Amino acid sequence: MTTLTAPAPTGNKPVISDRSRAENRLGQKLIAPAIVLMLLVTAFPMLRAIYLSVFDYSLTAPDDREFVGLSNYLTALTDPLFWQTTGITVLYMVVTVAVELVIGFIFAMVMHRVIFARGVIRTSILIPYGIVTVVSGFAWQFAFTSTNGFVNGWLPGISADFNWFGETNSAVIAIMVSEIWKTTPFMSLLLLAGLAQISEDMLEAAQVDGATWWQRLWKVIIPNMRAAIMVAVLFRALDAYRIFDNIFVMTNGAQKTESISFLTYRQTIEQFQLGMGSALSVLLFLSVLLVAFLIVRLFRVDLAAARQEG
Amino acid sequence: MNQPSQRAPRGAGRRRALVAGTALVTAAGLLSACGGDGKPTLHWYVNPDGVDTFETYAKECSTDDYDISVELLPSGATDQRVQLARRLAAEDSSTDLMNLDPVFVAEFANAEWLAEIPGDLATEITNSADGEGDYLAGAADTVIWEDKAFAIPLWANTQVLWYRKSLADAAGLDMTQPVTWEQVIQAAADNNGSVGVQANKYEAYMVLINALVQGAGGDIVSDTEAGRDTKVDIDSEAGREAAAIIKMLADSQAAQSDLSVSNEGTSLGRMFLKDANAPQGAGEFMLNWTFVYKFYQGQIDAPDGITQELFDDLGYARYPATVEGEASKPPIGGIDIGVGAYSANPEFAMEAAQCITSTQAQVDLALNNGLMPSTNSAYDEVAASGDFPEDLIELYRTSVDEGGPRPKSAFYALISSAIQARWHSPTSVDPGSTPKDSADYLQDVLEGKALL
Repeated sequence: MTTLTAPAPTGNKPVISDRSRAENRLGQKLIAPAIVLMLLVTAFPMLRAIYLSVFDYSLTAPDDREFVGLSNYLTALTDPLFWQTTGITVLYMVVTVAVELVIGFIFAMVMHRVIFARGVIRTSILIPYGIVTVVSGFAWQFAFTSTNGFVNGWLPGISADFNWFGETNSAVIAIMVSEIWKTTPFMSLLLLAGLAQISEDMLEAAQVDGATWWQRLWKVIIPNMRAAIMVAVLFRALDAYRIFDNIFVMTNGAQKTESISFLTYRQTIEQFQLGMGSALSVLLFLSVLLVAFLIVRLFRVDLAAARQEG
Repeated sequence: MNQPSQRAPRGAGRRRALVAGTALVTAAGLLSACGGDGKPTLHWYVNPDGVDTFETYAKECSTDDYDISVELLPSGATDQRVQLARRLAAEDSSTDLMNLDPVFVAEFANAEWLAEIPGDLATEITNSADGEGDYLAGAADTVIWEDKAFAIPLWANTQVLWYRKSLADAAGLDMTQPVTWEQVIQAAADNNGSVGVQANKYEAYMVLINALVQGAGGDIVSDTEAGRDTKVDIDSEAGREAAAIIKMLADSQAAQSDLSVSNEGTSLGRMFLKDANAPQGAGEFMLNWTFVYKFYQGQIDAPDGITQELFDDLGYARYPATVEGEASKPPIGGIDIGVGAYSANPEFAMEAAQCITSTQAQVDLALNNGLMPSTNSAYDEVAASGDFPEDLIELYRTSVDEGGPRPKSAFYALISSAIQARWHSPTSVDPGSTPKDSADYLQDVLEGKALL
């Protein structure tokens, strides 16, 4: 059976009339103030960070501020700690996004197909997303503690006094569980939007042709949702790469659970090293860009198609 | 000027009462907070130890010119430092008075966040640091940066050796004479006892390392006013002596099982164990701060507590010597009062700071909260009160007076974290390599060549 996809909108490039050109120009003028404001709010801190990153600048020794060129970047990129935190951050991203994609898809199907108590079910699936990350971090920290948590009691094969936060692997698992619980609803919302776009006609046609449920899922639903899936993965991956709150609450970076955001926070806020902290945040920004670029390239995400702009 | 804003509930009667109440509260608030024509309020940021006494003194030290309101800082030292630093870095004009851990003073003073203490008081403090004034030398020294005073010592903390007299007797240790770490560890190991220290990866472990290194006549760093060019000295004979003692303890029978995560609270319960024949059941030698005395005193006849007889078995002695024959350098802690450099009312704040650190305030903190004073005159009054044994008071006083402060540096946070990173866990400390490793790493960190 061949893959059924919705026909892509085709057509030659339309000839632009004078009128639409004038409309475009008006539109540009109308959004200009908003663009300027956006630049002020977002571009200024970014440029400031880039500027600070080429200085040796400690908040407690403002007089010793010194231009050091790219040496902060060099130090960061040659430091094993930087690569170790980058590695753990990538691990957080890959595992949480993968698990969330599967669970989120199931939730999206449930929300899409449910016929009874629709409101209640949709709401209960979305509740975790409405909870502040710090609160969910604390909730899961309590759940995982050996003294008063329930996890050790419920999981078979785990001794009652197992300390989840005592070693790297188990602490990372606990942090991931908290992150997955909290953000899966977001994933399922994005996927639900994709599900809603699939035309029932195609599904019925496939059914008439004798496709099983499994075949319909793999040959009709998922291919037609590709754009939505990729947008969901992209959004969540970029979010997950910047993971901070859960780690801050649950381990405070102990047991090598530190992410790259956390390392940046410690340099800037705790050690007052504004120069090094800024260099790290620029590196963080660049790596987020890289992740976005890779996902867009690798999966050939067409953002315009996802927005149905064709 | 807080104006309570409340939404009136349903029901006319209640609403009327509430409106009247709100008006009254607002009026009272306006009267007390503003005195009609803008009487300023000084904000005093305090750490959460002895807050009730701080509240009392905030009231007592308020005058016709200004009021003092107490604002609570988080409980962790790092969080306190970060919160104050964020306010001060933003030049907050409402950060008037603040409780500072001694190691923050140099950092904050170098960043020009603290107002210099003026006049006679400054002279008194700087003279005291040289041993010629009312302030205990160890306490006075903590507030001096580049020869100027930037805070006023409020209370001074120190560590002493707490122990079971019966355990020391069994080991035949003469506690009236200075003892060494080696003797203490040996005595505990040979007599079913243990040695309690703070060796989790946090500031108190730095306190331990610093005391050991200074006790051997060395320093972790020197020439700290040079900022990033600070001289790193830990790779020295003193550094190796310190590492040897940590290794000796970690390898010894006397090491407590939670040594690598131990803190000020973890070893308190090892002093008086129910079963003397259990492993390490004979009690312990514990290095800990001054709060210990009041803590165990409060346990007498409490549920799950101790008896008077056991309490009488509690002994105390000066911090053990790293090297035999060389006087130990007990750790110094406590709280200093600083005045914010950006305060809207610097004169009032300075006046209030002196009132808050008055002799009477220090005596009250000692008697109510067990936080020991920083001046000789306050110590005399505390000794006269009879609340503490006289020899204990003298022990505290000499410990602070002859103590060894931690390095004073604008980069203290880096220094402390770098040392902790290489000296933790205590079980991995090796006199042959740890001092050198930590010196190299600290040098790299100071030069901006390594991340922390």
